[in-house]
Amino acid sequence: MSDIVIRVENLGKRYEIGHLDPTGYRTGLRHAIQDALTAPFRRLTGDRGSEASRKRAAREVFWALRAIDFEVRRGDVVGVIGRNGAGKSTLLKILSRITEPTIGRIGLKGRVASLLEVGTGFHPELTGRENIYLNGAILGMSRAEVKSKFDEIVAFSGVEKFLDTPVKRYSSGMYVRLAFSVAAHLEPEILIIDEVLAVGDSEFQKKCLGKMRDVASDGRTVLFVSHNMAAVAALCSETLLMDRGGLHFAGGVEAGITAYRNLVSSQVDRWRWSSGPGREIGNERIALRAVTVEPVDPMQDRESTSTALKVVIDYEVLAVLSGVTPFLFLVDDLGTEIFNSVDLPSAVATPDRFLMGDLQPGHYRSVCTLPGDFLNEREYGIKVGFNTSGTHFEFVSREILRICFAQTQTMRAEYSGRWPGMIRPRLGWVSAPRCSEDVSDLHERTERGDARIS
Amino acid sequence: MTEDSGRKRSPAPASGPKGSPEDAGFDIWLEAGRTEKHYWRDLWRYRELFAILAWRDVAVRYKQTVAGAAWALLQPFLTMVIMTFVFGRVAGLPSQGAAPYAILVFAGMLPWQFFASSLSSSSQSLVGNANLISKVYFPRMIVPVSAVVVACIDFLVSFLILAALMLWYRFCPDTRILLLPAFVLLAFLASLGPGLILTALNVRYRDFRFVIPFIVQFGLYVSPVGFSTEVIRNRFGETGVLLYSLNPMVGVIDGFRWAILGGESAIYFPGLVVSLLTVTILLVLGIWYFRKTERTFADVI
Ligand SMILES: Nc1ncnc2c1ncn2[C@@H]1O[C@H](COP(=O)(O)OP(=O)(O)O)[C@@H](O)[C@H]1O
Ligand SMILES: [Mg+2]
Repeated sequence: MSDIVIRVENLGKRYEIGHLDPTGYRTGLRHAIQDALTAPFRRLTGDRGSEASRKRAAREVFWALRAIDFEVRRGDVVGVIGRNGAGKSTLLKILSRITEPTIGRIGLKGRVASLLEVGTGFHPELTGRENIYLNGAILGMSRAEVKSKFDEIVAFSGVEKFLDTPVKRYSSGMYVRLAFSVAAHLEPEILIIDEVLAVGDSEFQKKCLGKMRDVASDGRTVLFVSHNMAAVAALCSETLLMDRGGLHFAGGVEAGITAYRNLVSSQVDRWRWSSGPGREIGNERIALRAVTVEPVDPMQDRESTSTALKVVIDYEVLAVLSGVTPFLFLVDDLGTEIFNSVDLPSAVATPDRFLMGDLQPGHYRSVCTLPGDFLNEREYGIKVGFNTSGTHFEFVSREILRICFAQTQTMRAEYSGRWPGMIRPRLGWVSAPRCSEDVSDLHERTERGDARIS
Repeated sequence: MTEDSGRKRSPAPASGPKGSPEDAGFDIWLEAGRTEKHYWRDLWRYRELFAILAWRDVAVRYKQTVAGAAWALLQPFLTMVIMTFVFGRVAGLPSQGAAPYAILVFAGMLPWQFFASSLSSSSQSLVGNANLISKVYFPRMIVPVSAVVVACIDFLVSFLILAALMLWYRFCPDTRILLLPAFVLLAFLASLGPGLILTALNVRYRDFRFVIPFIVQFGLYVSPVGFSTEVIRNRFGETGVLLYSLNPMVGVIDGFRWAILGGESAIYFPGLVVSLLTVTILLVLGIWYFRKTERTFADVI
């Protein structure tokens, strides 16, 4: 008999994003009072309000969750996956009653405990012992419950020696271990965990995953957000794949992970990106039209790391602009920037290039070449942006296209296999017995090309 | 704290069409604008968290500043000395009956100090615990109430000064002092109402924190701290006193004086009733406004 412990019906959550004023407050008291005081007069005079107050009234609304329906059975371990901003944390916050839904409803059966952050409420001035009680109470344990599990918690965390030290003196590792140990001893019927395992060292993470597996095998229901697909595959029986506030997929783990992978990779174009309705990039001065990565020599294979590539950037200038400077970023698969390259007019020997002068509105093209034997056998993303007047920043795109080099495991001399590193440049190497003749000769031999290159 | 989960264990059909009448199988339904049916029971359930948060604030305060306790004593004492000097000597305001002027001032100082510090600490309490609010569920009212309780502890500490003053002046209170706890409770409730309103406002309008010190400053001069309500009566008559009693702290402070000074100090009942009414209205308003806004705290904090 399957027993539903969570039922979500047509759930939606709307946030109002107040216009942030420069002081960083969402809503100014002064503005609220001013609006309230002038409102009756505006009604009298038929005035629709000052420009500023109308702007304030035009709050942006944003649906962080839309039309979500699902059910969770007792004892299920559900992996909640999806890209950043998909609405995973918002869903968990509603489930744990921190915030309420805008529409729809959720039925819950049994005691719910949630762990949205490790060490919520830990106070740096208090000792480890005091924080165990404090954090336990915050997570919903009674004092008696914490007391009876105290020794277990301490043993699990491995910080026995520092129990009476204020946690501000703890290393961050110790802090996380203690915090997680408290949470690991919660015994609710439904456990809700946001992406908290991202912190802590890998050994401790393993321990925590083990603990979670125990929790699950006790027949408790677990909802667990993670970006770590290995952990999801190992722990979960079901998945909920969220995308832009909607539920994209609900079902078994393997299918869920596959759907997640497809979603993540379909997000960006490969090799070529072009603008179109709903995918414009730019501002009112410059608009990006297309970006293509192609081999310099059309006969060569673009997916081979030894091929020289060119990045062709087509764009439209919409106003008279001076010093238009395109640039690009190469990023790795996690979005970390590997390098930035700029078409800086002043950095080039020929000073009278057209970019130095004023550009009339029209279509332009810039080309950047990436040498062969430079990138590695992996996936990269490209972001493109523009400056004007030398250093005035206009915009930079998100990662608009990806390029991927096949793992051909091309031999380089004796070595075949995966090459470590973000990039794989081919550099000159010379090795010889250390004597003066060879060293002075080194540069010359490299230039002539008879040094070994690897 | 376990909800009675096993209560209805009818062999519920696992998944029926939406909205089918199997709602009873769930312990709780979360939906928009759900009025918390068991608000007060829930608050009672979270009493341990309440106690531990209050304890945390006291512990941290007294740990951080070695002089924490000393400061709690010193601040009202110094204010009392200055007030005694300014009002008693410079302005020449009269005392009440046989009681020394210093004790008169201090008996007013005590509840005022409590009111001021609970107002400022409770109004900052939610914002100061923003992390908790956005990461865990509990009845939000716990936070400002525990801030008021913390202020209450400082208040009880400063009773020591009062005792010392009485010894110094060889002043013996009569049996009325036994009614003091009732006025302590009144002071607590009088602080709680405005505290709840200001806390909730402060979450939404952060610039409110600039208003609070002003309220406290201003309140000190319009409350009978440095003088007795008699002064008002002599200048403005009965109606004056009634109007003056709209300030809830008038009833509280007069009550304190009545209980502590004993002897000739009399309590003016219509005034006390007016103050009680204001306290009640503010408290009801505070609870209403707090409950109305608390659902969105996590979104805007
Ligand atoms: N309190 C809030 N006010 C306004 N927008 C919010 C708030 N909390 C989250 N959001 C927005 O809701 C979206 C979903 O956020 P979140 O649930 O944290 O995503 P995830 O956890 O999947 O990365 C994001 O675009 C985020 O900016
Ligand atoms: Mg998140």
